[in-house]
Amino acid sequence: MTKNFFAGRWGIICVGAVIGVFAGILQKMGNPGNMGICVACFERDIAGALGFHRAGVVQYIRPEIIGFVTGSLIAALSFKEFKPRCGSAPIVRFVLGVFAMIGALVFLGCPWRALLRLAGGDGNAIIGLLGLATGIWIGVLFLKNGYTLGRSQATHKSVGLVFPLIMLGLLCLIFLYPQVAGENKSGVLFYSLKGPGAMHAPLFISLVIGLLIGFAAQRSRFCTMGAFRDLFLFGHIHLLTGLISLVLFAFVTNLVLGQFNPGFEGQPVAHAMHVWNFAGMVLAGLAFALAGGCPGRQLFLSGEGDGDAAVFVLGMIAGAAIAHNFGLASSPKGIGPHGIAAVAVGLIVCLFIGFTMRKNIKGV
Amino acid sequence: MSITIDARGFSCPQPVLMFMEAVKSGNEKEIIVLVDTDASKENVSRAAESKKYSVTDIRQQGDEYQINIVKD
Repeated sequence: MTKNFFAGRWGIICVGAVIGVFAGILQKMGNPGNMGICVACFERDIAGALGFHRAGVVQYIRPEIIGFVTGSLIAALSFKEFKPRCGSAPIVRFVLGVFAMIGALVFLGCPWRALLRLAGGDGNAIIGLLGLATGIWIGVLFLKNGYTLGRSQATHKSVGLVFPLIMLGLLCLIFLYPQVAGENKSGVLFYSLKGPGAMHAPLFISLVIGLLIGFAAQRSRFCTMGAFRDLFLFGHIHLLTGLISLVLFAFVTNLVLGQFNPGFEGQPVAHAMHVWNFAGMVLAGLAFALAGGCPGRQLFLSGEGDGDAAVFVLGMIAGAAIAHNFGLASSPKGIGPHGIAAVAVGLIVCLFIGFTMRKNIKGV
Repeated sequence: MSITIDARGFSCPQPVLMFMEAVKSGNEKEIIVLVDTDASKENVSRAAESKKYSVTDIRQQGDEYQINIVKD
């Protein structure tokens, strides 16, 4: 058996570096500020492009997401790691995905973007990351007390291929209904004319970088939630080294490209309401920990045939639609009108899931 | 004494938690862990090494792995 280089110390450092550098480049090529890559934001943009929500400033089918899943699928197939499986509490994973997205949109970013915001000089990211770590720490307490989602089952190949095929379907839609300059709709797809949704790197570059990252991340099991979880749970720093590498390389890339602007106020696609930056990420971190992966990792798992991870992703996309339709998502002006209520409800739901899904319960 | 842990179907970090539980609870010299993903195989092996155990053998049976671990 050939040893998997990416699973070692240097492998995970390389993958963190690749993500950090490419994120800086994607921003230079047109993606929004400190948002070279953001899994939550990009899934939110996809929800908007499909018309699931009608927030005109965040509508675009992000090719990076398609690339992540497809790149992971290619890696999994190449190394005989494509293992179709599903059936581990899918409805719970869906709900966790919904609230993970709502929490992330109160902060305005997934863990990847929190790291990229830090690397771009946005001080609010420190508060968000503290919230993320707190949420994951609460999740670890549940794990220590027997929390489990239960076993998954091996299943048909086609089941594992459903989510990658959905991504392929999205790619077909982009080619069928390409962006028309000055138009906010092309066929069935919505396109932002202004705001973050209107800022994007060229399609082909986004797609290729997405594929490369998807491939490398599948091999390395890169996971931002896992980085904190393994530190709190076992004292392991393996995944954390990848995370630190991401921040350092993104920071250097930003310096080189002139994208480093330190401060708290006026940061791109961010607000400076510290309490809600913290609380939003507590909710997101707890939901990621209970679901077993950060949004990026869930995409890579979906690519290698994990149908439960795919349900989590669909939950996130539904969560984005709910967040914008119900006024839960924040904007640079601050939190949405119902953001506070959504965080409270989300925390209650996560605690309910954490307390009730224990392995000493009969039948598990 | 040897103990077998069936962690098949569980995703991260469950297999590692189950292994750690066995490390904590017993004097088992040999621990056999059954997993069905490569990520779990790597995570359990890494955890074993950090707890001063050695992975003596990893056997692949179809889509599953049997990891044999002994105390150093």
